[in-house]
Amino acid sequence: MAYALQQLINGISLGMIYGLIAVGYTMVYGIIGMINFAHGDIFMIGAFVSLITVLLLQAGGLMAGPAAILLVLLVSMAITALYGWSVERVAYRPLRGSFRLAPLISAIGISIVLQNYVQVSQGARPKPMETLIPGGIEVMRDGAFVVQFSYSQMLIIALTLGVLAVFTVLVTRTPLGRAMRACEQDRKMASLLGIDTDRTISLTFVIGAALAAVAGTMYLLRYGVIDFYIGFLAGVKAFTAAVLGGIGSLPGAVLGGLLIGLIETFWSAYFSVQYKDVAAFSILAITLIFLPTGLLGRQEVEKV
Amino acid sequence: MSPAAAIRDAAIAAAVAFGLFAMLVGLRTEIGPQSNLILRQRWAAVAILCAIVFLGRLLITWWLGRRALRPTTAAGPWTARLQQAGRLFAPAMLALALLLPVLPGVGRYELDVGILVLTYVMLGWGLNIVVGLAGLLDLGYVAFYAIGAYSYAIFAQYFGLSFWICLPIAGILAAFWGVLLGFPVLRLRGDYLAIVTLAFGEIIRVVLLNWTELTGGPNGISGIPRPTFFGLPFNASGDPDSFAGFFGLEPSPSHRVIFLYYLIFALALLTNWVTLRLRRQPLGRAWEALREDEIACRALGINITTTKLTAFALGAMFGGFAGAFFATRQAFISPESFTFIESAIILAIVVLGGLGSQVGVAVAALVMIGGFEVFRGLDEWRMLVFGGAMVVIMVLRPRGLVGTRTPSIALGKRRAISGDLVGEGHG
Repeated sequence: MAYALQQLINGISLGMIYGLIAVGYTMVYGIIGMINFAHGDIFMIGAFVSLITVLLLQAGGLMAGPAAILLVLLVSMAITALYGWSVERVAYRPLRGSFRLAPLISAIGISIVLQNYVQVSQGARPKPMETLIPGGIEVMRDGAFVVQFSYSQMLIIALTLGVLAVFTVLVTRTPLGRAMRACEQDRKMASLLGIDTDRTISLTFVIGAALAAVAGTMYLLRYGVIDFYIGFLAGVKAFTAAVLGGIGSLPGAVLGGLLIGLIETFWSAYFSVQYKDVAAFSILAITLIFLPTGLLGRQEVEKV
Repeated sequence: MSPAAAIRDAAIAAAVAFGLFAMLVGLRTEIGPQSNLILRQRWAAVAILCAIVFLGRLLITWWLGRRALRPTTAAGPWTARLQQAGRLFAPAMLALALLLPVLPGVGRYELDVGILVLTYVMLGWGLNIVVGLAGLLDLGYVAFYAIGAYSYAIFAQYFGLSFWICLPIAGILAAFWGVLLGFPVLRLRGDYLAIVTLAFGEIIRVVLLNWTELTGGPNGISGIPRPTFFGLPFNASGDPDSFAGFFGLEPSPSHRVIFLYYLIFALALLTNWVTLRLRRQPLGRAWEALREDEIACRALGINITTTKLTAFALGAMFGGFAGAFFATRQAFISPESFTFIESAIILAIVVLGGLGSQVGVAVAALVMIGGFEVFRGLDEWRMLVFGGAMVVIMVLRPRGLVGTRTPSIALGKRRAISGDLVGEGHG
């Protein structure tokens, strides 16, 4: 029981990270209908920018307290958003209106570029960082087994919920959110009604990258070791989460992320660690066979 | 654009570049003396990168300003010229490939590169059946390549079967897995299909990595038997039972390389020939119809299930053949060789070549894989250049190198159609 509770806590905090990345996938897919393959690597860039900011602050002796973590988060979000914007501007915008595989290949190319760019500029070795937020609270004790709810996990869950709340308000209540939803429904009609679709799409990438940066910072704080390759698997998992939840659906992305995180954690805890990825992917395949548009996805209307 | 505006535009680009590079290039994290991370500053590199971006942006503005940009749906002049040259181009390439081993100045290294390129040509043609003809986006093609390679390795290791018996077995097994993957994904379309095939590729790789008893896990399988010339082994002994002895030749290590080269050449040509023949048959036409419009296809009474499954099975089969060849050439395989990046490269070859174009795929494989080999000296920069080239080619020629389609059947004169005019289904 205590063991299961611990896995539940671990699974939810991992799922929150996947959920944040998945939101970026699902938003971009909703608006321009492309798989942004480089999104996982944007997450990796976010983690690296956070690491460098932390090291900078430590060198200046300023790395203390919640304000410093907030600063790290903001710097990471800003720079990663710039990456998201540049990638869209350079590699995807010229291909808008082209056939559907062209942006996909371009995105795979960008993914290769970002990975190897970080490998060349930062080195291939994993970067270990000392824990910034040690400790936690004891939730319950079952014999020798202590269920820990660490402060970093609390921070992940609280911050993710906060960011998602802000993001939900942004999408449902602001003019930008309205423009985004309009573009999602019908891009041509939206542009006829005076919405600057290029700008809206750019901002979508910026917001998606900022959310990925939050996920990257959380990943760094929680796991403490990053390398240039973390983006691939996290990206594939997050995309799986987005598809599982129904691609294009924002609550679906978070739900899918949580499910993938929980499946992975529980599978590793009770069965085998080696096959945790197989478990996550198999669940995806099985879900899609019975619900071809994911859990919360809309049934697509086929027009002839 | 006026010069002042162009310079301002380039300055903005340089400022963005500074934002991008300042942290990740300017500050390098390194493990310090007390095994903690320290930062090393490299501002000169950032300055150089910003200068490159500034000048590059200026050049692009100047170049675009000179060239009037007119959107057009017709095939570009480049394509038309390529089309004309294409009639001679394909036979010329074929002749060059056929004569490569006897050309002067072609040594062991060139042949090895040739074998590598031809392997990718074959994989590209195999995937072209699935993606280019049937329009099913497959991101896990490398799984079939892996299945072929491991089937050959396991059958040759444990049962001592020869290459020529294992080759069909590898193809059949891969095709079987293709059908097995095809069944559950029949209802999925477009990107859902893409993610499930990607997941399938990863599942196969993880299983190969962890099923240590059968596959050797991360250590892979080594000592895979080399191919024989229909039972005559290649060795330096000069026995009458070896290849060199039987034909009365001086034993030379290059015999095996030349044999391998012609083997993959023949396998690739087989793939091409089967594809070209099938395109004229009802099945091939059904594939192309499926790619263009699945609903219309159903309305016309085409059996979607068999059409999709045969595409998966045939594509997988050729992937399996290529895998068996790969295993016998390397004599060593491990899951390292079958990562997602391989699938991505094969898919990139198909798309860069122009979907459905056989010549285009061959050219794209030559450019990508051959180019990759040429830049071997760049070490860790090589993948960076490779990814960048993928983006640049896609942005400049989104329809691929051969951006036209010649209809498989036509009334009257057969004309090339610009790819931009061809609708793309979401099958």
